[in-house]
Amino acid sequence: MLSRRNFLKYSLAGAAGLSLTKAVGAKTEEKKPVEVGKGGVRWAFLVDTYKCVGCGLCVKACKNENEVPYDENVTRTWVERYVVTKDGEVVADSPKGARDGFTTPKIDMGHGHEPRIIKPEEISKAFFVPKLCNQCENPPCVQVCPVGATYQTKEGIVLVDRTWCIGCGYCIMACPYGVRFFHPKYHTAEKCTFCIHRLHAGLKPACVEACPFGARRIGNLLDPSDPITRIVQDERVSVLKEEYGTKPQVYYIGLSKEVK
Amino acid sequence: MKNHVWRPLIVVIGIVILILAARVVYVPKDFGSYERGYMYSWHEKNNEDFWKNFKIKYKGKAYCKDCHEDKVTMIDKTPHRIIMCENCHGPAGDAEGVVHYDDKRPKLVIDRSRELCYRCHVKLPYPTSGRSEIKGFLDPEQHNPGIECVSCHNPHSPKLGGA
Ligand code: HEC
Ligand code: HEC
Ligand code: HEC
Ligand code: HEC
Repeated sequence: MLSRRNFLKYSLAGAAGLSLTKAVGAKTEEKKPVEVGKGGVRWAFLVDTYKCVGCGLCVKACKNENEVPYDENVTRTWVERYVVTKDGEVVADSPKGARDGFTTPKIDMGHGHEPRIIKPEEISKAFFVPKLCNQCENPPCVQVCPVGATYQTKEGIVLVDRTWCIGCGYCIMACPYGVRFFHPKYHTAEKCTFCIHRLHAGLKPACVEACPFGARRIGNLLDPSDPITRIVQDERVSVLKEEYGTKPQVYYIGLSKEVK
Repeated sequence: MKNHVWRPLIVVIGIVILILAARVVYVPKDFGSYERGYMYSWHEKNNEDFWKNFKIKYKGKAYCKDCHEDKVTMIDKTPHRIIMCENCHGPAGDAEGVVHYDDKRPKLVIDRSRELCYRCHVKLPYPTSGRSEIKGFLDPEQHNPGIECVSCHNPHSPKLGGA
């Protein structure tokens, strides 16, 4: 715990015009990025967009497993569809987060707009991109929390403490990936936990288990023999919005520049 | 210094001491910075247990095998072996920790809707996605509309006439 003396010291530093977080942050920054878990676990996710068929069974499983109200329009994970035409136009949708899968070629253009149908011969590429919390190495959502209600565990998973969350919504705005939302029942910030309860029971996350096509996988980056670690190290993978410096730990195979 | 300087100062110091005292009482003992330092893991430690003890709902195919061996062996001979049972039947466990098949068991879902099959079998001709490789129909309304798929195809053995 921060001692009272340190508390005063840092408060004074703050008053002197120094940013409090910066002062303390500089100290923790010395650590090497992947040495999060001294116990030897750093969970990372691997998504293969070639394999994803957009069935949405991962979204269904996630909502059931994590008690996210099924009929509310919020979800911890979702699947986006991207259709790129030969003219270079990009059309994307994710109706209900793809909870019921993609069951029509009609692309949802949002409320009050006609759905679009793009003829097969006009499509240059089209694919599905599953999204979930990136469990960033440098999570901006955690930095902005004013009350210590969100934090990163030693395995690198960012969690929310529902008893401390005051519902200010800073974290929801700070996340560059839009993965956080308010839980309709608890009115606190809500996010993907990589199904930490399943991981601790030796099981895979519900979405990974539910995916029939192996498009979603999880592994331990601190275990050099883990197949996911080897793919992340040896093959061509990318992450979302690398330029933000958040160091996402959800790696993608087959990401395209159209994906936002 | 004069009284009018000291008195408010004492009040302010008093308030600060009060706040610090309240903080000691209010903030739980296990609240502090842990493995990732003040910036990333300033929190109450025992909240991790809340998330680790969350109830597991999806039990997986191996669990079903104990009692529905016939279904599991049947589906394993077909391309539907990759779909876990609970994807179609819903999770075996519920939020209270009751697990199918218990006395107060959660009744599992039997979903005969065509929409269940549309998730994969509506053909979307997307050249760089696995979706385009699954057999299906660009317009499912051309394939025996109005009749449940499972009245002709066994979901556990989708080839006509079984596998
Ligand atoms: C402990 C034994 C047991 C296990 C394990 C088990 N079941 Fe069952 N299940 C039963 C029994 C008994 C019935 C009732 C059969 C009947 O009424 O004819 C049943 C019925 C069902 C039904 C029909 C609907 C209902 O709820 O009555 C479905 C669907 C089903 N099980 C699916 C599953 C799936 C999927 C799994 C794996 C997640 C599973 N079962 C695991 C014993 C089990
Ligand atoms: C593709 C979706 C799908 C999958 C995967 C699936 N089922 Fe079913 N299951 C159904 C449907 C649909 C019915 C209802 C069939 C009917 O009414 O003809 C059903 C019926 C059942 C029933 C009860 C009726 C009966 O025929 O006795 C049981 C038990 C059952 N399934 C168990 C399983 C088990 C165990 C697995 C995993 C090995 C499994 N199912 C996988 C869709 C599925
Ligand atoms: C998670 C995706 C998924 C769902 C949901 C699904 N299927 Fe399939 N189905 C497949 C795949 C993959 C194959 C493999 C063959 C292929 O490439 O078409 C297949 C094959 C089939 C086949 C052809 C079997 C053969 O040997 O040629 C039929 C018929 C079929 N499914 C019917 C159904 C029905 C009926 C339902 C709904 C109860 C259903 N499927 C739900 C993925 C799915
Ligand atoms: C009235 C019975 C009937 C119904 C209902 C029915 N099918 Fe079929 N299905 C057939 C027959 C017969 C064939 C084989 C001949 C053919 O390809 O049309 C077939 C073939 C298929 C194939 C293989 C197609 C291929 O290219 O080889 C799939 C996949 C399939 N059905 C899925 C479904 C799905 C999904 C539904 C529900 C939306 C459904 N069927 C409803 C009778 C039916």
